[in-house]
Amino acid sequence: MTEITLVEAIDLALGHEMARDPTVVLLGEDIGVNGGVFRATNGLQARFGRERVIDAPLAEAGIAGAAIGMAAMGLKPVAEIQFSGFIYPAIDQMINHASRLRHRTCGRLTCPMVLRSPCGAGIHAPEHHSESPEAMFAHIPGLRVVMPSTPARAYGLLLAAIRDPDPVVFLEPTRLYRLFREEVVDDGEALPLDACFVSREGRDATVVTWGASHAEVMNAAETLTNRSVEIEVVDLATLKPYDSETILKSVEKTGRCVIVHEAPRTAGLGAEIAAEVAERALYSLLAPVTRVTGYDVVVPLSRLEKQYMPSVERIVGAVLKSMEAA
Amino acid sequence: MGVDFHIDYLQLLSPSGQLSDAAGEIARDAELLVWFHRAMTRARLFDAKAIALQRTGQLGTFASALGQEAIGVGVATAMERDDLLVPSYRDHAAQFIRGVTMTEILLYWGGDERGSDFASARADFPICVPVGTQVAHAVGAAYAFKLRKEERVAVSFIGDGGTGNGGFYEALNMAGAWRVPVVVVVNNNGWAISTPRALGSAAETLAQKAIAAGIEGLQVDGNDVLAVHQATHKAIEKARDGGGPTLIEALSYRLGDHTTADDATRYRDPEIVRAEWVREPVGRLRTLLVARGFWSKEQETALLKDCGEEVDRAVASYLATAAPSCDSMFDNLFATLPASMLRQRDEARHYAPTPGGRHD
Ligand SMILES: Cc1ncc(C[n+]2csc(CCOP(=O)(O)OP(=O)(O)O)c2C)c(N)n1
Ligand SMILES: [Mg+2]
Repeated sequence: MTEITLVEAIDLALGHEMARDPTVVLLGEDIGVNGGVFRATNGLQARFGRERVIDAPLAEAGIAGAAIGMAAMGLKPVAEIQFSGFIYPAIDQMINHASRLRHRTCGRLTCPMVLRSPCGAGIHAPEHHSESPEAMFAHIPGLRVVMPSTPARAYGLLLAAIRDPDPVVFLEPTRLYRLFREEVVDDGEALPLDACFVSREGRDATVVTWGASHAEVMNAAETLTNRSVEIEVVDLATLKPYDSETILKSVEKTGRCVIVHEAPRTAGLGAEIAAEVAERALYSLLAPVTRVTGYDVVVPLSRLEKQYMPSVERIVGAVLKSMEAA
Repeated sequence: MGVDFHIDYLQLLSPSGQLSDAAGEIARDAELLVWFHRAMTRARLFDAKAIALQRTGQLGTFASALGQEAIGVGVATAMERDDLLVPSYRDHAAQFIRGVTMTEILLYWGGDERGSDFASARADFPICVPVGTQVAHAVGAAYAFKLRKEERVAVSFIGDGGTGNGGFYEALNMAGAWRVPVVVVVNNNGWAISTPRALGSAAETLAQKAIAAGIEGLQVDGNDVLAVHQATHKAIEKARDGGGPTLIEALSYRLGDHTTADDATRYRDPEIVRAEWVREPVGRLRTLLVARGFWSKEQETALLKDCGEEVDRAVASYLATAAPSCDSMFDNLFATLPASMLRQRDEARHYAPTPGGRHD
């Protein structure tokens, strides 16, 4: 059994699926010989050739658009956008075509593609390399949005995303790429989409999170244990459509809900989850639902990024405040 | 009806330092030639130092211009002070001439927004990382100049890879349609990270992309500072006189890694790079200067010492710059911070560590 990093798990899942399914093709900038700037496609061009692992010109809208054409014609493209700060031209293609091709052709044409991109801050990267755009994608009807938080979940969720008959935006937190290792069995087993994972059970408060913040929340859980507070950690994993049942069940048990995400606060996914909890579990609540998020500011350059991202301290502070109520 | 086209190629100074007759006046201008040499040397020493800082954990990711110094220097010296530079991220050789300081460039790559608040060059655009997006800014700026009848020209840089991006094509097309005073310079350094020029486009030249936009396009030897300067000067003055835009493809070579985050040995044979050193821009100009009697060993030694000290001073001032305060995340987001955001700023202040300590 080998322990691997999250970025190695991505590479492993891509390789597994390419070997299993000859219709899977990869396209993106520098994904071939170079293996991707983060090495998420390391070795795949050597293994599967230049026709299936395509070094694309520097054209994000074109990459997404070409993936749509490939998908409609029977391939299963996995397109890589090199950094999420450059994903915006591709949003046009995702909104106007990928997300609605099935619907507007009444199911005649479909779009089984994956748009992968690193995301998030925390690795001292240059400007435009640290954004968290998940809420923008979650706002698009017809798109699935997934963000893994561990190597094993990355492996299983990416397999599920590739096999899914509809378009999936798969966002990979760069901060987790090499943060820790975990045992991942290359058994080709997909994990379910549209389902949360309960990463840790606890009786006192529910903390809903995803992506890189999951690591901070798990650390906060340790700190809180020392203060006799046991949090239940729910990893959202599929951000859209999301599994509200698991969240509601947890909140009904604990009576408290704190949502943690790195993306800016206003109109972030935390607002959606808070609204859902208010609508469907208000009478179970012992304290107001609260959010710990990035601020409504441009994600700062590296010298301030630590102060932007939700820290263990802020998470612990929010949970303790929630415990004070009632 | 067919369209035939031809792309001119300009080289005035050969790799071995031989001057062509077409060089004209510029070749006799000792002061200008020495200026070129000084500016390229400064940029090269700065790059070496910046890479060293990154390697020792004192700077973030950095994009060096090694081997491409003639492009920035040739272009910026052809601009008037009131012209506008809209750079990409590898253009500090040009930015230095525009008055951007070495300290500012270090602050930027060191992760501090204050590096884009240029103390001089107040109108110039900041470094642009999203490839291709900057060219339309230059076109819009040039439109403003034209509308107000100001005799200013906007100059933008982009890489070879960037010319495959939609933003580049759209901007170039608009420049032609609006006939605005803009000059776009392509730094064709042969690579877009690991993607060689040939994989980025099937076009024989990148300059010919101008033809489809209805504007003039030409190639220059991008390692020949005289050619870059002369071609850019001509294009800028043509634009200033209402003659419309020009696309200049400057042929150079990226002698270093893409950035400090890159390892070019993964995709590029070091032998090819060694061979490319024969054409690099600094040595060939020095050969000319020496041959003409414009330059001595002593002057070279003094120059290296001068530039080295200048770089060291910039590094010292960069390293001595206190960390930005957490408030700066909220400053200049809007003209006035909306009242609804004050609580967020308070929260950030509450959790801010005491300022100080450059790297965490
Ligand atoms: C829109 C966009 N996509 C991707 C990137 C990531 N990236 C940074 S530089 C680069 C290659 C650019 O090559 P080129 O235009 O030739 O310029 P060079 O770096 O060689 O100067 C890429 C893909 C980016 N900065 N912007
Ligand atoms: Mg290039």
